[in-house]
Amino acid sequence: MRYSGFKVLMEGLTGNKGWKPVWREPDPKPDYDIIIVGGGGHGLATAYYLAKEFGEKRVAVLEKGWIGSGNIGRNTTIIRSNYLLKGNQPFYEKSLKMWEDLEQDFNYNAMVSQRGILNLIHNDPQRDAFVRRGNGMHLSGADAVLLDEKGIREMCPFLDFKNARFPIRGGLWQPRGGTVRHDAVAWGYARGADERGVDIIQNCEVTGFDIQDGVCTGVQTSRGAIKAKKVAVCVAGSSSRVMAQAGMRLPIESCVLQAFVTEGLKPVLPGVITFGAGHFYVSQSDKGGLVFGGDIDAYNTYAQRGNLPVVEDVCEGGMAVMPMIGRARLLRMWGGIMDMSMDGSPFIDKTHIDGLYFNGGWCYGGFKATPASGYCYAHLLSTDRPHETATAFRLDRFMTGHAIDEKGQGAQPNLH
Amino acid sequence: MIINHPLLGPRDAAEFVVKGDANLINRPDWQADDAAQQFYEYAYLRDNPAGEHRELWYHEQGDRSWLVVTRNTLTHEVTKVELARDVARAAGRSA
Ligand SMILES: Cc1cc2nc3c(=O)[nH]c(=O)nc-3n(C[C@H](O)[C@H](O)[C@H](O)COP(=O)(O)OP(=O)(O)OC[C@H]3O[C@@H](n4cnc5c(N)ncnc54)[C@H](O)[C@@H]3O)c2cc1C
Repeated sequence: MRYSGFKVLMEGLTGNKGWKPVWREPDPKPDYDIIIVGGGGHGLATAYYLAKEFGEKRVAVLEKGWIGSGNIGRNTTIIRSNYLLKGNQPFYEKSLKMWEDLEQDFNYNAMVSQRGILNLIHNDPQRDAFVRRGNGMHLSGADAVLLDEKGIREMCPFLDFKNARFPIRGGLWQPRGGTVRHDAVAWGYARGADERGVDIIQNCEVTGFDIQDGVCTGVQTSRGAIKAKKVAVCVAGSSSRVMAQAGMRLPIESCVLQAFVTEGLKPVLPGVITFGAGHFYVSQSDKGGLVFGGDIDAYNTYAQRGNLPVVEDVCEGGMAVMPMIGRARLLRMWGGIMDMSMDGSPFIDKTHIDGLYFNGGWCYGGFKATPASGYCYAHLLSTDRPHETATAFRLDRFMTGHAIDEKGQGAQPNLH
Repeated sequence: MIINHPLLGPRDAAEFVVKGDANLINRPDWQADDAAQQFYEYAYLRDNPAGEHRELWYHEQGDRSWLVVTRNTLTHEVTKVELARDVARAAGRSA
């Protein structure tokens, strides 16, 4: 079924009786060409592009809970392409371009809103670093504008310009950045994949891999064994747990990232704003809630809830940059498990086991990557060659000295 | 989370910095034939288990001792806290 304004009108006139469930609920078949493990944003996007762009017909997505129950439904929905390094930036710019056409492409309203993202500058070295970053963005074809204090005052008069410790000196602004309705992304990709014959199988946990003589021939699941020519793992925060079933240790640790939303307010924020002196970022949802977050809780965890010290730290960051936030009441907070990699950058690669592929290590920045990650993973799965924008995301890059460390933090995942 | 410091008693986790897997104590032998492979695994690969995890915590806002904390990554329950010094000595790593 194609959605359109005309369809809404016709359904309205005929009692809304024609709407159908958006995807089927099939039982697993005994075998597939490609099995995707994990029905998050990346898994569903991969399935969609496999079917739509690469003509794959026998594809299944296995999800242990319900689709959208992982980080795709928990993130703070920011999209941007303001990276520096050449291993990353062309990939994220591809993703941002794909966001711009996504709703037309999958015929679903994902509320892609390019309201801009503003990274604040508080001192001279930071300005130098952001000028360099902005130049890097331009080289990849992305947009970047350097604003001075006056420019920021015009755009965001409510910020604390008098803060003696963290004065606002300017900012790096990416007008094409913004926000997207996150769970609509999962639903849109699921619907598009299902329409093209992909089986989306929920409540189906992968509990093991069938590996013989270095070849993966299928998976064991809570709904029985399923054979496949290729198995593509895409489980974000559960990466280490799932790959351990294939005997692999990953350059990843799992931490929780918390998010917060206030009661609905009248429109106050023009776009996404990030504080440059501490870790705090905020945007306003279309319902009016201020959606914000900051640092991860630094310890390893698989519990999808955080602790109070980080709550305090995030709120201090908010008060330092935007004191008016203190008047808003917090409505909800939650957490999601991050697959923090050793350099803060992701993996889209084959493993040393034939037929077993891995996509993960997205840290807290994988939502913006969803379209390009799905496309590039589908490219790798279908052609056995990495997409040109994803050649650096290799699993063995730490062995060969090719880390992609935007912040230069070293192998300390909780600092990325 | 409360960390029951062996010398100072119960302390708030916010006083600490978390370094990660306690296996970082077991630095490989740099003269081994496969030292490059061993250091790669040591520096970059992690078990990252769901369940019991032994990890290094540094009491930065306190007495600056390094601790080995045994903690469950599913429940956050802390079951054991040792001085990293004692753990390293028991493993024959320092005098
Ligand atoms: C609070 C928070 C804020 C964030 N903010 C942003 C942001 O503003 N911008 C941004 O770009 N990114 C952000 N992120 C990061 C982003 O959400 C993730 O990087 C991204 O969603 C991960 O990819 P995914 O959607 O495929 O993951 P998920 O949705 O987590 O998908 C993984 C799926 O695998 C399933 N699974 C796990 N184990 C198994 C198994 N054994 N068998 C079958 N299925 C399994 C899980 O149930 C889950 O549904 C944020 C994350 C959080 C938690």
